[in-house]
Amino acid sequence: MGDYQVLNTRATRVDGPVKATGQAKYADDFKFQGMLYASILQSPLAHARILRIDTSKAKKLPGVKAVVTSKEAGLIKYGVSPARYDETLFAHDKVRYVGDEIAAVAASDPDIALEALSLIKVDYEELPAVFDMFEAMKEGAPLIHDEFPGNMNAEVHQEFGDTEAALQSCDLVVDHTFLNKRQDAAFLEPHSCVAVFENPGRLTLYTSTQVPHYVMRTVAMTLQIPVGNVRVIKPYVGGGFGPKCEATPLEMSCGLLSKITGQPVKMTYSREQVFLHSRARHQFYAEMSLGVMKDGTMVALRNKAVLDGGAYTSFGIATVYYSGSLLGGPYKLKSMKYDGYRAYTNKPACGAQRGHGGVAHRACFEQLIDITAEKLGIDPIDMRLKNIMVTGDMTVNELDMSSLGMKECIEAIRAGSGWNNKKGKLPKGKGIGMACGFFVSGAGYPIYRSDTYHSTVVIKLSEDGGVANVMTGSAEIGQGSDTAMAMIAAETLGIKLNDVRVYSGDTDYSVDLGAYSSRQTLMTGHATKEAAEDVKNQIASYLAQELNVPVASITFVDGIVKFDGGPGNFEKLRTNYIKEHRGWTDPPTGEYLTFREAARMAYLKAGTIVGTGKYKPPRLGGSYKGAAVGTSPAYGCSAQIVEVSVDLETGEITVDGMTDAHDCGLAINKTSVEGQMQGSLSMGLGECLFEEVKFDSRGRIINPSLGEYKIPTALDMPKVKSIIVESHEPNGPYGAKEVGEGAIMPTIPAILNAIYDATGVRINELPVTSERLFMAMKNKT
Amino acid sequence: MKRIIKLTINGKPVETAVSPNQTLLQFLRDDMNLTGTKHGCGLGDCGACTVILDGKAVNSCLVLAIQADNSEILTIEGLAQDGKLHPIQQSFVDKGAIQCGFCTPGMILSAKALLDQKPNPSELEIRTALSGNLCRCTGYQKIVEAIGEAAEVIRMREES
Repeated sequence: MGDYQVLNTRATRVDGPVKATGQAKYADDFKFQGMLYASILQSPLAHARILRIDTSKAKKLPGVKAVVTSKEAGLIKYGVSPARYDETLFAHDKVRYVGDEIAAVAASDPDIALEALSLIKVDYEELPAVFDMFEAMKEGAPLIHDEFPGNMNAEVHQEFGDTEAALQSCDLVVDHTFLNKRQDAAFLEPHSCVAVFENPGRLTLYTSTQVPHYVMRTVAMTLQIPVGNVRVIKPYVGGGFGPKCEATPLEMSCGLLSKITGQPVKMTYSREQVFLHSRARHQFYAEMSLGVMKDGTMVALRNKAVLDGGAYTSFGIATVYYSGSLLGGPYKLKSMKYDGYRAYTNKPACGAQRGHGGVAHRACFEQLIDITAEKLGIDPIDMRLKNIMVTGDMTVNELDMSSLGMKECIEAIRAGSGWNNKKGKLPKGKGIGMACGFFVSGAGYPIYRSDTYHSTVVIKLSEDGGVANVMTGSAEIGQGSDTAMAMIAAETLGIKLNDVRVYSGDTDYSVDLGAYSSRQTLMTGHATKEAAEDVKNQIASYLAQELNVPVASITFVDGIVKFDGGPGNFEKLRTNYIKEHRGWTDPPTGEYLTFREAARMAYLKAGTIVGTGKYKPPRLGGSYKGAAVGTSPAYGCSAQIVEVSVDLETGEITVDGMTDAHDCGLAINKTSVEGQMQGSLSMGLGECLFEEVKFDSRGRIINPSLGEYKIPTALDMPKVKSIIVESHEPNGPYGAKEVGEGAIMPTIPAILNAIYDATGVRINELPVTSERLFMAMKNKT
Repeated sequence: MKRIIKLTINGKPVETAVSPNQTLLQFLRDDMNLTGTKHGCGLGDCGACTVILDGKAVNSCLVLAIQADNSEILTIEGLAQDGKLHPIQQSFVDKGAIQCGFCTPGMILSAKALLDQKPNPSELEIRTALSGNLCRCTGYQKIVEAIGEAAEVIRMREES
């Protein structure tokens, strides 16, 4: 690694103190003069024709300021991918799931808003509904969208090489299936938004989102406000994990109601509404066959996916592509075939969640590798190492592994967990398992077709020259991106981290596509670095001219300026600086020219110092249909070993230890990298062992609370050994790449492989509750 | 019908009228403007609204404001003294125990209630004390480490 002053350390987060003291403001913490409170009426039925909506009583309730339905909102279709805009703000002809939005109310008080909702009368004609993805695809199933026969929302067919022929040439072909359950992201902060519509026609949203840029575009489109008049400000966000990656009915309703009433409008979802809005992890069914040679060489993979999409598309097109494309590595394959189907059902729409599209299929594939290794009598680690990709390899579907420390990750967890002394040597009831995975460092293309830069950054120096203000539209959602950008700016400028301030999450600051697909470290990082270099060059050029020295002789390190590595002769500048600033309390001292002096003098000369940076990836990927999904300038990778104890009498599982190694390129902030790794493992553990959004026979969620939908507590998580593996990523800023999502890829299969090791029972359906494992053990004997 | 309550919040006496159905959480956030106390679920499941009431960590969404009559309440805003972070806050910052920060105020106050009772807790005692505070970001590890370190700092400070 390079010789860094700021990067690659354990810096404390720039937002740590405000978050530790309760000063950090989240959307629901905002209050405005004259603010109204809004609420949304949601369908109690899973599938019904709307015959009539009567809002007259609600409108008459004292305190109600506006009631809106599709009549006021219009029927402009929106969604995530323009190819599948299938939602309108409010349902008009029919409702398609319990929770579908029908109307919204703004009132002077939240209780009045709720009372008004109860006064809206909707007449429905209930229609037959379908809740199971396989049922939905059958002939004669109730049709959810007229435009999509067979409830087929999206279909993907890809083949690289001749897979059937390759499978036939193999010594052994092993099959496996896998079924996960619909998940909820369970971020702690429910969606919340305050919309402020001001004359002449400008709308500002303060909203809990991962993607201010996309929210701006969607809200402008659906509310028919010129996009230049919509500003989205993301305050601190209490977690996103994917479902906050798209504009919500909450945001659009607040905007519309503020536009109509001329008053600020706030709405916050209840926890139940967070579950109803969903947009979280799909249910996936995976069916796979892996063909290998006797020596363990992997040859061909046949992969089929069925996704339960819920009632709308959301991110689903990308999801169904990812389930195929993210299996191309990190093992060498000669051929791969993928058939994916995403079905509409009468349930809340699913979307993106950490490890988008890849998690369930990775779980299936990594189990399949273990099953195959056992049949061949090969150690699971050796089996993987035999087929592992290395830096410079290209997957069969043309994903370029420009850096890949996968092998190093595997070696690190093997040593770190004591695998060699444990595998095959543990008593019955104890087990050890491993798995690998990789993920993109930012999607190679925006969601909509555009030549836009994915990130732009502006760095503006303060008038005194002492502070670099980094302005970016990127989204700090807890992952630590503000701190990472501050560190990159400080390193590049050669100043102290304390002398950088980050202003982020505002569409007025810059273009940034936001916090999804683990893109910000790489993409916003590039733009930040370039903006800082621009500032630095401006100051260096000024110094070169003033002091008559070559630009190349000037370096900035740790807040001071060096000339040919030494103090140089800068007396003239310091004298001028002191003359200029008589009476200021902090005159510069020391044998070196300070950055503040240099920047201040350059500022005086130029009038202002502003640097800009921008980034978009080069054209990536193959030319086949859907080649864009899965492309990225870089890929992070991860390997994990999990140790479990299983109570063989009851099926109760205890995860005793987890060892995780992740290659994130250069670790910008080691503490944050570990935080992402540990958080990913916790989410994966929850999905594997307890999480499942459950429905009754009429499509109503029966566990829409954090008491009934169980996520891991402090008592469920074992101690995690986190090992950071650093490769050098040529396409990343300072060699950095992702960590936020790749780290969840191996968790589920590593646990499942450990359970198999402990019990001899292969579980292929989540969550692995005690009951499920107990029944599986019982059926085996 | 509103009722008058008298209580102490973060060391300051407060006398005010509250509605009988208003929760302590709503009272703190809406009437007192103490928005550091977070609303995550409203059902006592997540712990984001934890405050310390007469020395005990409680979910303020499950306490009515009128039940807090004559009580002493500490919220996250009252923990730092003279602009200096409390050792638990400091170690949360130093150890990387904060990500999105939404669970942080509740976590810190649960930790404070624990350390006030048990200055030298075991790791299991820390995890048990936090088991009513959900965090989706961190996997809890750095939170547990931060509390262990804060306990040590507080003990050393009291010994010296």
